[in-house]
Amino acid sequence: MFETIILILDSTIRVSTPLLLACLAGLYSERSGVVDIGLEGKMLGAAFGAGAVAYLTASAWLGLLAGIGVSVALGLLHGFASITNRGNQIVSGVAINFLAAGLTALLGQTWFREGGRTPALPEGGRFSEIVWPLAAEIRDIPVLGPIYSELLSGHKILVYAAFLAVPLTWWVLFRSRFGLRLRAVGENPAAVDTAGISVTWLRYRAVILCGVLCGFAGSYLSVAAGSGFGVNMTAGQGFMALAALIFAKWKPFNAMFACLLFGFLDAAGTRLQGVSFPVIGEVPLQVFQALPYVLTVVLLAGFIGKAIPPKASGIPYLKERS
Amino acid sequence: MSAGQLPRWVDYVLIPFLNLAAAFLVSGLVVILIGENPLDAVKILLWGSLGYAEGFGFTLFYATNFIFTGLAVAVAFHAGLFNIGGEGQAYVGGLGVAIACLALDRYVPWYVTLPFAIAGSAIAGAAWAFIPAWLQARRGSHVVITTIMFNYISFSLMVYLLNNALKKPGSMQPETRTFEDGGRIPFLNDLFPSLGFGYAPVNLSLVVALAACVLVWLLIWRTKLGYEIRSFGANATAAVYAGISPVRIIVVTMLISGGLAGMMAINEIMGSQHRLLIDFVTGYGFVGIAVALMGRAHPVGIVLASILFGMLYQGGAELSFEMPNITRDMIIVIQGLVILFAGALEHMFRPAIIRLFTPARALRAKEA
Repeated sequence: MFETIILILDSTIRVSTPLLLACLAGLYSERSGVVDIGLEGKMLGAAFGAGAVAYLTASAWLGLLAGIGVSVALGLLHGFASITNRGNQIVSGVAINFLAAGLTALLGQTWFREGGRTPALPEGGRFSEIVWPLAAEIRDIPVLGPIYSELLSGHKILVYAAFLAVPLTWWVLFRSRFGLRLRAVGENPAAVDTAGISVTWLRYRAVILCGVLCGFAGSYLSVAAGSGFGVNMTAGQGFMALAALIFAKWKPFNAMFACLLFGFLDAAGTRLQGVSFPVIGEVPLQVFQALPYVLTVVLLAGFIGKAIPPKASGIPYLKERS
Repeated sequence: MSAGQLPRWVDYVLIPFLNLAAAFLVSGLVVILIGENPLDAVKILLWGSLGYAEGFGFTLFYATNFIFTGLAVAVAFHAGLFNIGGEGQAYVGGLGVAIACLALDRYVPWYVTLPFAIAGSAIAGAAWAFIPAWLQARRGSHVVITTIMFNYISFSLMVYLLNNALKKPGSMQPETRTFEDGGRIPFLNDLFPSLGFGYAPVNLSLVVALAACVLVWLLIWRTKLGYEIRSFGANATAAVYAGISPVRIIVVTMLISGGLAGMMAINEIMGSQHRLLIDFVTGYGFVGIAVALMGRAHPVGIVLASILFGMLYQGGAELSFEMPNITRDMIIVIQGLVILFAGALEHMFRPAIIRLFTPARALRAKEA
């Protein structure tokens, strides 16, 4: 029983990592007033860039860099459409999702001829597990041993990076000058503008940060969790991150707990398939799959707290009307 | 004409044309990038989609799907709502069609089943749009977000239903039994063999789709409700002051929108597949956004845009056959570019065109 729990929690952490990275990415963007439903597309683009470059260079780090590059480029496109041209942010996000889904499969097939996938990564092309000191030695200590050596130790560096990004994001948002301005521009851009700070440049920086974190999230899928890029390998995780962001009410630590909860549902659903519970009996896998979205809708309905987005989110800023 | 204003034909013809041209230009660059000749690709695409009757039949079949999902997005646009849940609403709409067909197909001819199937698809699609609509109206939670959530909930729901409740007994496939003749809309090829549509699955749903276009036009521009929808979309605050109930408009508009999206399943399930199966929507709901944007949310524009996207689908299939380097993913790229240039970047060319069309006199007057 205890071992099963440890195993489920261990895979919870793995599953939550890309969600958390994408969720924090969305946090920067939406806090600045730029709605981003293109998280999915940016993750997919990053996964492809990372998989392709890691295969060609046999370096996971260069792969990560390429993934971030692709994701930031898509983010800048979103910024160009929605900040500079004041286009509809939802439409722009939908376009980015389409572009990423089409281009990754098309270019993957053109360059590697394996049906859109990138070839399996060579030695060094993947991030390896980081084993904490003494992990092997204390494995047999009851309770604490498995927690230390199974649950905490032995993850990829990107997993630790994702969880470190949570306090960092909190600090940036709530303790730094940049964060104060970022939040202000998402609530009342006119006030920020009046103070002589460029709304455009602030929002571009938020969109770039969002791209960087989405780059991490996508790269995690292809060069850390998996070995190479597969067609549509994000499979809706970008949208689940968006759900988590709302569930977390646009707050970094809440985001972590929301992603862990959604990750836990996924991990538990996979492991509990076919297991019969007392009273309720067997729970179908689809219930676990739908639960994150149902929970988010219930939250939006106002049954558990209230989710209020940044006030200016989704509204392009027009400096003056001539 | 004062500075900053454009003649109507520029707004409705020239700018959409420029946006589309930009999208296709970039698509051409992508084709060059993967090492093929874009002009040859265009030739194959046009021949495959319009060049012979069977290909044109496929084009019309795909266009039928796009008309429904495009109308769905367009109706919501008029109320200032963004229904991004066409995908899920169409999927659940399939459930309505399947229930009607499974219940009736052995007892009555298809034209008796059809009204029930239409009602079933529209009710199921509308029901799937109801909760997002109600949450937007009552709780102010954004309909974009909730419809995305409902897309994913519908995927899980339908997989569960098809694997458990609806599956043909003794079968491993997650799909219902095949409908008998009473649950099949006739193919146009069977009705008019002289047209030579061959194996193209285009069927009488096309007529239903065109009728829906007329009804949507009547609704939006010729009824009180349509006027209220447009007023609400143009200026919600003013509409409320004019005595229009925002809750009613949001809910009713979303129900109509969801119903139209659900009706897409008539063409796909009752018209072509003749059974309910997993993932039959495959992006038609999302492409409806592109169709509505390109068609400027007007039924005539939507029909034209639907035919264009139908050509892309059918011609793209032909293209991937003739030029194996250009896989069907190219269509997704083109759709993405159309959404980008015709939607998100629609204002990109505007400032330049305004400068072009403003008489020099007016500019000088402005500067002075």
